[in-house]
Amino acid sequence: MSKPIELTIDGRKVVAEEGETILKAAKKNGIYVPTLCYLEGVSSFGGCRLCMVEIKGSPRLFASCITPVAEGMEVLTDSERLRRYRKWAVELLLAERPHVCSVCVANGSCELQQLATELGVDHLRVDREWTDYEVDLTHERFAYDPNRCILCTRCIRVCDEVEGVHTLDLMLRGKNSKVVFDLDENWGFSQSCTSCGKCSAACPVGALYVKGKPLSEVKKKDLVSFIMERRSGK
Amino acid sequence: MPDSGAARTGLKNDRRLQMLEATIKQHQYSKDALLEILHTAQELYGYLDRDLLLHVSRQLRLPPSQVYGVATFYNLFKLKKPGTHVVTVCMGTACYVKGAEDIVSAVEREFNVIRGGTTGDGRLSLFVTRCIGACAMAPNAIVDGETVGKATVENVLKRVKAVLEAEMVEAR
Ligand code: SF4
Ligand code: SF4
Ligand code: FES
Ligand code: FES
Repeated sequence: MSKPIELTIDGRKVVAEEGETILKAAKKNGIYVPTLCYLEGVSSFGGCRLCMVEIKGSPRLFASCITPVAEGMEVLTDSERLRRYRKWAVELLLAERPHVCSVCVANGSCELQQLATELGVDHLRVDREWTDYEVDLTHERFAYDPNRCILCTRCIRVCDEVEGVHTLDLMLRGKNSKVVFDLDENWGFSQSCTSCGKCSAACPVGALYVKGKPLSEVKKKDLVSFIMERRSGK
Repeated sequence: MPDSGAARTGLKNDRRLQMLEATIKQHQYSKDALLEILHTAQELYGYLDRDLLLHVSRQLRLPPSQVYGVATFYNLFKLKKPGTHVVTVCMGTACYVKGAEDIVSAVEREFNVIRGGTTGDGRLSLFVTRCIGACAMAPNAIVDGETVGKATVENVLKRVKAVLEAEMVEAR
């Protein structure tokens, strides 16, 4: 058994396990921290920076989903400064590709949209990019629209770590990155995809979806943690 | 026992494949050797096409998407067959500031090719790269492996025409 660690989060004394992340410790104690690329049950990626927190004694901000707790740490999960940066993070994600909620399949059940509302993003302070990727409709049940992808890699981690086939990965880099199937195949022709649908369930936005189904029924954020729990026999 | 995988991926069992296999064996089919092996594959074949990537992924037991991700991450790797002649223009900061963009657009216009692509007749490819470490001579271009320092639109176009014409002469 690992030894207990004491720290304070938002002024509250909490006890966490050694090696646990700040995010986990906060969640266990009912403290809300916004997240986007984090998905319970798979490894953390630390890419979106929505979950950043302040730690007393350090001028920089920390992504709580990848920062382990330490004895005596004083964490702040909400402040004027954090809200300002989180707002920027959401705006930059929205600006990177054409996110037009009114015509999106995910309208109403999109995590990015929810965060934007929560953080009061009502306009963008940077110019938008209008990418023009082809929408992949070749799979009989699923569809993929790279124009709505925020490169959170949740689908990639789920496909690799839960389904175990690693059909998905990222090609290129930076803002030109794109989620691809095998060697940038069309989904319907992927040799390794088992058509399990976990990626669509895990996608926080309207990039991966099930044809003809409302996304509110497709998005199952807890599915992955549920599967992992069952597997561990707990 | 990993087989050569050649039959399934459609690679010809020739000297190049044998050398590639030797390298893979040398690395004991280690997944960590992916970069070295892609490098060797490109040296042997000139570029990494689908069959080659698939072959490497099978031999190293890596998912194809992961191999593809790595191959597209680095500028060094070419996934398309380059033209007979290749001009690469450095677009690193120093070269960019000294007018590399003008050179690239001039080559595009003059030879009807777009950056990253090859002319319709397959004779010339145009690539851009990040800093090649010769900033003092910026802007830099590389024509068929030879660096042209303090490049100008004029001398790059001239150099490219020269290599294209040299080939015509040889062909005659
Ligand atoms: S449907 Fe399943 S196997 Fe296919 S890409 Fe999605 S997660 Fe991977
Ligand atoms: S397709 Fe969805 S889950 Fe996958 S990286 Fe893009 S936004 Fe994330
Ligand atoms: S949720 Fe922590 S960086 Fe994305
Ligand atoms: S920027 Fe071109 S050589 Fe350094």
